[in-house]
Amino acid sequence: MAGVAHLMSIIGAGQAGGQTAYSLRAAGFDGAITLIGDEPAPPYQRPPLSKAYLKGEMEAERLYLKPVEYYPEHQVELITGNAVNAIDAAAKRIELERGLAIGWEKLVIATGARPRRLQLPGAALPGVLELRTLADVDKLKAVAVAGKRIVVVGAGYIGLEAAAVSAQLGLVVTVLEAMPQALARVAGPEIGAFYTAVHREAGTDFRLGAKLEGFEGSGQLTGARLAGGEVIPCDIALVGIGVMPNLEIAQAAGLNCGNGIVVDALMRTSHPDIYAIGDVAWRPLLHYRREGRLESVHNAIEGGKIAAASILGGTPHTLEVPWFWSDQFDLKLQTAGLWTGADQRITRGDPQSRGFAVFYLKEGRVIAVDAVNSAPEYLVGRKLVAASAAVAPGELADKSISMKDIGARALG
Amino acid sequence: MPKITYIDASGTERTVEGKNGMTVMETAIKHNVPGIDADCGGACACATCHVYVDAAFTEKVGKPSAMEQSMLDFAENVKENSRLSCQIKIRDDLDGLRVTTPESQH
Repeated sequence: MAGVAHLMSIIGAGQAGGQTAYSLRAAGFDGAITLIGDEPAPPYQRPPLSKAYLKGEMEAERLYLKPVEYYPEHQVELITGNAVNAIDAAAKRIELERGLAIGWEKLVIATGARPRRLQLPGAALPGVLELRTLADVDKLKAVAVAGKRIVVVGAGYIGLEAAAVSAQLGLVVTVLEAMPQALARVAGPEIGAFYTAVHREAGTDFRLGAKLEGFEGSGQLTGARLAGGEVIPCDIALVGIGVMPNLEIAQAAGLNCGNGIVVDALMRTSHPDIYAIGDVAWRPLLHYRREGRLESVHNAIEGGKIAAASILGGTPHTLEVPWFWSDQFDLKLQTAGLWTGADQRITRGDPQSRGFAVFYLKEGRVIAVDAVNSAPEYLVGRKLVAASAAVAPGELADKSISMKDIGARALG
Repeated sequence: MPKITYIDASGTERTVEGKNGMTVMETAIKHNVPGIDADCGGACACATCHVYVDAAFTEKVGKPSAMEQSMLDFAENVKENSRLSCQIKIRDDLDGLRVTTPESQH
């Protein structure tokens, strides 16, 4: 490949970093690729960590995105268990925590995000855990056995998935959410209310508007203390209150950063030879005419594909509508689009039946859908969002009109 | 161990050894068989592991679940013998299974 750089480094060996390497090789790039991760494992899928893996239904090796032999066979130099301390953008080098410095012609930053920590008394006690990495979940798995009491702090997807598995494993579960609604950051009130009810039916003590003041225990966690003095006795506290982008090395290197490393549609940072992708990237959200960070598998894969294509000067990847899923109990939630800014919400189907969907509209156009055990609503919804289609709310709410027909009419 | 043959859209065949309990999708990923993306990693959430099951095996492989059927109903280029390979678990009696991958998963 004439005119293309021959020395690529990728910082971060998660789904986005891994995808970049796979896409570069799949496109025929034959230069050097170094993929550096601070975790000991090769690139792996994170979604099952709070689902099947936590439940004990899946061994670690099945999480790997590629078999370990892939890397030597495809001349991808995979460095694990070593962090990058600094990026020297002028000299085009990165410095590793242990050992050498590595030169690059093109650099991809896929450093991801880390769990936000609670700044509360007792937050450092053994027993207060978080869930992001295989190591995190192995720690949780070791103690999450039937009869133990767990307090899940934060009713986001990670917290609720872990709460669902914990209930299924026979733990005594309490969920504490500071907001008056579950899933408030990511879904509308109908979805939040539905999942709150589902967890309560499973026996979970689900507290909304809860004000956590700290953790109790000397040497080991014994309880979570709420405002007003109530202490909820527990053996485990799992904190799932969102993540923060790992952008410090990019900031120190002088790259333009906000709540993420700022990139353009081709994933280029403010430095012409440095790209940023995945959870850490502050990227244009094409379907929404704004920018933002996305924390999802879709975003990791898409970022890797776009970065590889833009480095090689290949055909740009067709942008997908953001998509996401969550498995809790017997329920599969599938989401397309971003609901922020919706001025209308239409529920299709009866939540009591455990199969329903919420369509989010803005100025009469579909901007997102949350579908619970409702694949047709999700799949047609995804197309409606991509086309920014106008659909009559009455039609969306009418189950006697099939999604196929709604799609055909709206999309022509 | 049951052997699985993957045939890509251009007709190239790749035969690999599967393991009981693993899915046809996972086996493809493990052996680096192209043509199956499996973006969601097997959660029946993305329909990017679509395959066509060889006629001799459609009965043995069985029918898709309701969720998988809905995903297939709206996937591209679906045929009578379409399945999501993340939902097919390998068993002894699937030895010799042949699946064809579509031209594109997106």
